[in-house]
Amino acid sequence: MQRDKFLFRLLKDRLFKTAVSIFSFCSILPLVFILFYITKNGIAVINWQFLTQLPKPVGESGGGISNAIVGTLMLLVVACTLAVPLGISAGIYLAEHKTGKLSYLVRLCVEILHGIPSIVIGIIAYVWIVKPLRTFSAFSGGIALAIMMLPVIVRTAEETLKLIPETLKEASLALGVPYYKTILKVVVPAGLSGLVTGIILSIARVAGETAPLLFTAFGNPFMNLNLFKPVNSLPLLVFNYAASPYPEWHGLAWGASLVLVVFVLLLNFFAKFMTKKWKVRF
Amino acid sequence: METEINTGATGVIDFLESANLKTKRETFDPFTTPESIFRAILYGSALCMVVLLFSVFLTLLIWSLPSIKEFGLRFLVSKTWDPVAGEFGALPFLIGTLITSFLALVISIPFSLSLSIYLGEYAAEGVVPSFLRSAVELLAGVPSVIYGFWGLFILVPVVRAVEVKLGVTPYGVGIATSSLILAVMIIPYSASLGREVLQLVPAELKEAAYSLGATRFEVIRRVILPYVVSGVTAGNILALGRAVGETMAVTMVIGNSNVIPQSIFAPANTMASVIANEFTEATSTLYVSSLVEIGLLLFMVTMIINILGKQIIKKMSVQV
Repeated sequence: MQRDKFLFRLLKDRLFKTAVSIFSFCSILPLVFILFYITKNGIAVINWQFLTQLPKPVGESGGGISNAIVGTLMLLVVACTLAVPLGISAGIYLAEHKTGKLSYLVRLCVEILHGIPSIVIGIIAYVWIVKPLRTFSAFSGGIALAIMMLPVIVRTAEETLKLIPETLKEASLALGVPYYKTILKVVVPAGLSGLVTGIILSIARVAGETAPLLFTAFGNPFMNLNLFKPVNSLPLLVFNYAASPYPEWHGLAWGASLVLVVFVLLLNFFAKFMTKKWKVRF
Repeated sequence: METEINTGATGVIDFLESANLKTKRETFDPFTTPESIFRAILYGSALCMVVLLFSVFLTLLIWSLPSIKEFGLRFLVSKTWDPVAGEFGALPFLIGTLITSFLALVISIPFSLSLSIYLGEYAAEGVVPSFLRSAVELLAGVPSVIYGFWGLFILVPVVRAVEVKLGVTPYGVGIATSSLILAVMIIPYSASLGREVLQLVPAELKEAAYSLGATRFEVIRRVILPYVVSGVTAGNILALGRAVGETMAVTMVIGNSNVIPQSIFAPANTMASVIANEFTEATSTLYVSSLVEIGLLLFMVTMIINILGKQIIKKMSVQV
């Protein structure tokens, strides 16, 4: 009797472990499926022309996504130019002022900014930039992406710079180095890998964003290098072509998905690699 | 004086400045020294975050004023969304968002909880768990438009086949499909939060239970889960916030119907997807303003969910 009870307990333990393992492995099945289908359908269309040509009109086979690749890069450059300096200096402020009313408020605001749904950011960029300029533009899309990047950069910058030991800073100050030089030449270089990781993570976050671009960058079937004209981007192209009824365009969308997924996952891998190899350690 | 020095480097700086540089400060304009410019930049960019958030809120509020004035609270309970007649009620979208997000959460909980228990308790080290962990991280990194695209071409036919078997109208797209996709998207998020919370359980508690002869299952059930229940709940609340705000994947597979859904297989619209679909088409001021008001609601709902979830987790970490 006693023994039976004991065996029953062990059995329950075993069963629970099996169930947990099965559920855990089931939850990565979607990833396998997604990567499988995207690779299978994407590889078929990707070649040199695909990366260098413009999309062809309906009915013609072939064509590429060069405009979307260039557009995505443009949007990311605009977003980085705006978000990186602002985000890092706000991060420095938070790391330097660990307590205080403003720091508390800023942290709260950054947290809330992080949680704003991307579609709402799209509305904001539309109202702020598109409406006054009366045109959809790469610039407005870049602003939208910059707003989404900011919280990530601020938080990672703060977390990184907090780890820099106070003694390092004090040593510099004791040598008579002014405060701003201490920050710029001692603290920031010491935490550089962390800052770069944060920037890469924030780029990975926004590179695949579609919702904020729907009414800002808008999409464009042609090549455009003008900041104040609509541009295409990879996620927008996937969205627009996936919803179309034409198989040729679906092919382009699969190819673009593959390019986008590889790009985003590479960024994530790189960020992870950096945190492992060049972790800020003291 | 002592306290000033103990506050760290800034304190030292202030001290030095007040002691030695007083004469210098009086003769020079304080706003032109690199020192003060630098401090002003830091202060300004920190302040910028606050200003940014408030201007986002104010912009949404101002742009939704026409709709708020016209419909008032009726906006939340009216089920007519008729752009042609200029009659806007957001109830179908509120219901759509509510059903899809909660359904997604319910589907995701067994998976995310198992994942956090498996990675946090059963196998913290080793090849398989680290593979699993990387896979989950990758899952979190896949852009939402890709989920939508994949869902549209792979999941929709599957759901349609199931619907034919069940004998309901085989739309394929609809609430069930979007909830499935949303569940897949939020699993990595709540799983990683859950794992972090599990690590907060003091080892002494677990060891005490083991030393009394408890099996692993009993330790998890009677010691760990009661301890982390609030944290795990918070993780799921945050995941819910994600699901509520998610736009692209849902827009692509929900079927875009502006009436209140009658079953979980029916097409519907969420708050986010209706904005994505109709914002560029909106012509009249009232139409735009109604869509912005939906955006404002979305903003406030996700904000409340986020603050709530983060507060619970913070409280928990402080206790430990």
